[in-house]
Parts: sequence; C-alpha cells; structure tokens
Amino acid sequence: MSEPMLEINDLHVRFPVRRNMFGRVTVENHAVSGVDLTLMPGETLGLVGESGCGKTTLGRTIVGAQEATSGSIRYDGQDLTQLKHRQRGRYRRQIRMVFQDPFSSLNPRMTLRQIIGDPLVTTGEAKGSELEDRVAEMMRRVGLSPEYMDRYPHAFSGGQRQRVNIARALIVRPKLVVADEPVSALDVSVRAQILNLLRELQEEFGLTYLFISHDLSVVENIADRVAVMYFGKIVELADTAELYERPSHPYTEALMSAVPIPDPSRRGRTGRVLLPDDLPDPTNPPPGCAFASRCRYAEAGRCDAGTVEFEDGVRCVRTGELELQGIVKTDGVH
Amino acid sequence: MTLKEKQDRPDEAPAETGRAETGDGERATASQRQLVWWAFKKHRLALVSAWLLGAMLIVIVLCEFIAPFDDRHRDSEYTTAPPQVLKLWDTDGPEGFQWGLHVDGYTSTQDPRSLRITYEPDPADRVDIGFFVKGEEYKLFGLIPWDRHLLGPEDPDDPMYLLGTTTDGQDLLSQLVYATRVSMSVGIIGVLLAFLLGIVLGAVSGYFGGWVDNVIQRVIELFMAVPAIPLWLGLAAALPPDMGSVTRYFIITTILALVAWTGLAREVRGRFLALRSEEFVTSALLDGSSRGRVMFRHMLPSFSSHIIAALSLSIPTMILAETSLSWLGLGLRPPAISWGVQLQDASKWSVLSGAPWLLIPGLVVVIAVLAFNFVGDGLRDAADPYKH
Repeated sequence: MSEPMLEINDLHVRFPVRRNMFGRVTVENHAVSGVDLTLMPGETLGLVGESGCGKTTLGRTIVGAQEATSGSIRYDGQDLTQLKHRQRGRYRRQIRMVFQDPFSSLNPRMTLRQIIGDPLVTTGEAKGSELEDRVAEMMRRVGLSPEYMDRYPHAFSGGQRQRVNIARALIVRPKLVVADEPVSALDVSVRAQILNLLRELQEEFGLTYLFISHDLSVVENIADRVAVMYFGKIVELADTAELYERPSHPYTEALMSAVPIPDPSRRGRTGRVLLPDDLPDPTNPPPGCAFASRCRYAEAGRCDAGTVEFEDGVRCVRTGELELQGIVKTDGVH
Repeated sequence: MTLKEKQDRPDEAPAETGRAETGDGERATASQRQLVWWAFKKHRLALVSAWLLGAMLIVIVLCEFIAPFDDRHRDSEYTTAPPQVLKLWDTDGPEGFQWGLHVDGYTSTQDPRSLRITYEPDPADRVDIGFFVKGEEYKLFGLIPWDRHLLGPEDPDDPMYLLGTTTDGQDLLSQLVYATRVSMSVGIIGVLLAFLLGIVLGAVSGYFGGWVDNVIQRVIELFMAVPAIPLWLGLAAALPPDMGSVTRYFIITTILALVAWTGLAREVRGRFLALRSEEFVTSALLDGSSRGRVMFRHMLPSFSSHIIAALSLSIPTMILAETSLSWLGLGLRPPAISWGVQLQDASKWSVLSGAPWLLIPGLVVVIAVLAFNFVGDGLRDAADPYKH
C-alpha cells in the first residue's frame, strides 16, 4: 500500500460566537471536532453530510482558507496547520479548491484571462505570451473556447462559470483538489457534464479529489470511498459500493433513504427514515453520540453517555447489532 | 441568442460549450467602465452636468488664456461698472449699419450730492473686441510665456467688462475665471486627500476587523463628534495672517480634508466587510495574492464606481465649506481669489443695491454644486451595471 497523500489527525475548528468584555471567547461553535481522515494518491474521497455538519469548514481548512484550532494536517511531511499565509507558497499550488457558487467565486470585474491566469501572475510563474498560452490551453482543456478569454463572467452560464473555476484551480498543476459542492448550484443537465469533466481531468493530471457534497447520488457517481460527516465528526467511512449497499451507521441509513428512486415500481419497498429536526446545539455538544437525539435505534443509557469511538469505519455503539437498509441497486442502466 | 433560447439551453453539449451569448458580444467583452458609461449616458441631466464640469476643468487649466485680464488687473477709472452687452453689429455708428463684435463703452456721471460716480453704457463709444487678441503677458501652465487672450478688446486700454467690475475696478469675469480655478481645485484636491485617507483606513478597518477595526472606528467617531464649523473656524483662525497665499491654500485644503474623510472611511469599511465573505476574495487569497493585493486589486475595483460617485457627491460640500470660510474672511484672503473671496464684496447691502452683478459668483457656486450633485447621482445609479 502506498503512502497516504494527506493525513488529517484529530482536527478541530471552532468559531468564536461570543466574547466577554476582555475579548476572551466565552461561547464557541464547534464546526469540526476531531476529524481523522487520510487521502490516498489518485483516489476520490467523497465527503457527505447535511448542511452545517462542518464538511465545508473541513475543506476550507485543508486548503488554508480557514485556520485550524488544533490537530494536524500532514501533507508531504509538512503540517499545513502550522503555516502562515505567506509560508504556504508551494502547498497552495499543490492543493487547490473548486468553489460551490459559480457566481460569487468569480470576480465580476475581471476577464476570464485575469481570473484563470491570476495564480500564475501572483507567483510570477508566467508572463505575457506564455501566460496567454497557458490560459488558452487550460480553457481548451475544460471545454471553453479561448476566444472568450477577454469576456467578463456575467456573459457566461453557471456551467461555463464552473468550468472557469476548474480551470483556475488546475492551471498551477495541483496534486490535490478540494471540490466543495462543485455541482450543487448547477442544473441537473449540466451536472453530468461537469462531473465527467472532473473525471477526465483526474485521469489526465493524476489528481486526487476530496469531493464534498450533500448529494448522495452525485457522490456515488464519482467517489471511490465515502466519508459521512455528522456534527463535526466522521461517523462512517467505507468504499462507495459497500457504503451504499450496507450502511453501518443509522445516520448513513437515514441519508440513503432520502435519495430519490427514479423507478416508481421500486418505491415504497423501503420506508423513508424521517429524522426529527432535533440537531444538538453546536456551541454545547452533548455527551455520547451526537446523533442519539435523532436516531431511531438509540438506547437510553448507552448512546447518550461517554464517548463513542471510531472503530472499523463506523462511530456507533450499536455496531453489529443493527440491520440497516442501503440503497437497492437498480439493475442495468444507472 | 434570445433570452428564451438561453433558458431552453442552459449549457450546450461539451463539444460546443464555452460559447458565450454571441448576440450581445459587445456587452460580454465590455469592461466595467464601458457598462457604467452606457448606463450613465441615459441620465440626461447628469450628462449635461458632466459636460459643464468638463468645461470648468478646461477653465481651470487654461484660466490665464481664457480670462481677458490678469487677476491683478485693476482699472481705477471704472469701479463698479455694470456688465456690458456683447453686440454683433452696430447701427448708430458713423457709417450706419456695420458688422463687428463690440461692446459699448461707458460714460460716467457723478452725483453732485453723494459724489458717487455711476457708469452707463454709451452706444456712441464703440469698443471693438476680437478673439486671440494681444493683452497682458502671462505664462501658460506656468511655463510658456504668451500674451494672447481668448477674448478681449482690440486696444488693451479700452474697457471690456462683460460681467461688470468690482468695487476695486477689477474685471468680474477675469476674477471669476481665476476664482474657479482656486475654488474647484480646493474641492477636488481636498476630496482626493480625504479619499486617500478614507479608502486606506476604511479598507484596513473592514478587511481585518477585530481590534484594528475597533480603534479606527473610535477615531472616526471622535472626528465626527467634533462639530465641523467651529473646528474649521478654530483651525483657520489659528493660521498666522501674514502667511503666503499658496501655503494658506494648501493648509485650508488639508483642514477641509481632515473633516471630510470620515464618512468615506465608513462607507469603504462597510463594502469591505460585505465583500470579505465573497468566495472570489477567498479564491484570490488561495491563488496566492498578498492581503494588500486582495484588498486593492480584487476588492476595491469591484466598487470603484461607487467610490467615484461618492467622490463627486462630496466635492460640493468641500466647495461650499471653502466658500463659506473665505466669505467669513477665515479661509483664503486677497490677493488670492476664490468664489468666497469674491462674494465678500457682495456682503454689504449698500454696495449690492447699486451693483447686483457682484452676486454672479454666488450663481456660479450654485451651478457648480448642482452639477457635481447631478453627476454624482447619475454615477451612483449607473455604478452597478450587473444588478439587473
């Protein structure tokens, strides 16, 4: 087995919510609370979870857009959490991010040439005609015609803008790309195109993806392994096929049951697991399993006390006792 | 491509993607500046005002050439002479009807009791006027010596006072031209100074937040808490009266700027706070830009048109402040001429009743202030071309 590309150890990210009059933080929001995760070179790791579970914060911390409170992110022998903005240099180019919102992520006052070429300009890597050649080359790779180099983002559709985002991320030849919900803002018809593009580019450049999404069908489509995140923690981690067929965590099961099934004849065979809207307070995490308040298998006395360890790819006290329902694979075309 | 088609085909197949809307290619490649200009053009009043301000700028630059006389020119023979009417032809000359640009000269009568001399235009006394006539020597742009004036009497000793003269016998038009240079430049330079301060401090305050923001905001509040007029008066009164007029000019401008920067700093701070969470700012940081580059290269340009609008809206305040200070005798002083200094002449009713034309500088102030406001309004409306 090869060396992991990225190793996250006990990562915590907390946001100050309130301070007292001396500037001391009195209330904190635990966005990421103790995440361990490894990324292998060349794989696509899907990271799923409902909104607010900390998956975006985790992604932002990896690329350096967010400071970690504690823990480490090891990449290439270096702990990225220890680096200041100025020191990140090389790692900033090797770990890139594709943003969720194709509208707010492109500066409306800059042409595509400026947007896509900006990483090369700031590093002084390319200038003049070389810069133009590389931008044109990258635009062609992501399926944009280089003749639109001097247009402004407002002239493009959501899908095209996301291609611009991808081009901007890949122009510095990164090794790891954190894609934060790259297709969530897009029409279903465009989604498949962008996913295919990402897959092609992965093969071509030998990329490793951390693919963040709340959409299980999208993740199933692209990921090799899937990590399920709930309330700042990884609750389950498994190979994609295994996770979808046999989820081990009740939360994963609940997520699966929410995936729409296209074939009407198969609907109703598995009941939907409806979760009560009873999220714990992120400023004051409960003891025991954070999911216990919403879990239909929760047992009083066992689930709401102590700490629940992450073992064999799942964080649940009742592992092995439960018969959980995955997604029933439809035969043939998907 | 029409809007309908665009909706029907939100994104083309991979083979032909990257095709932006070809129908409005001009709009697609138009820079921010062009879009603002297109929107601005629709605002008639603002456009007219912009032309007017453009003309005033030309007056500022070429004021020695445009003014018929030097700013020190004084004709003690004609004090408080009324404005003359520019005439294109003459019917009562010695040869009957005759073409030619001219004005009527003056005849003076002295009131036997008050000994006051009053001037009347005299149609029999013809003063010929020409373009590019020889007059007093001056240095254009402070460099090129020249003696031609745009408009003036053919014989430099003849009286040509299109807007009348002051109580000292100075040509009101020439004075007004010179005053325009001083008053407008006080406004523009003062606002630029204030903006430099406001943008830098506002940007730092909004971008970094935390205690930096706190300190800067408290300083701004301190400045805002001090009432502006007593502050101006106090600072201006503290200046030694024998100070050279150039130094005085710069000090007055700086005082005005020190009072004016706070409003802008707040506005800029608000914009930076709002923009800080935009993803393009994060992505610029991830692209490796330094914080300064992110602030002034990525964030500031995205509301530069708002800044220009705010700028043109705050110039009038500055001009009015200078005018009031000078009118009160606390700003600029003769021999320096500004609109406020000129209006000092008009502050006595006994003078004004006999010479209402001395109020013309006041009219110019009103026009300039309105023009800046209209341009500012037009720019503000045009500033956000992407909002629809």
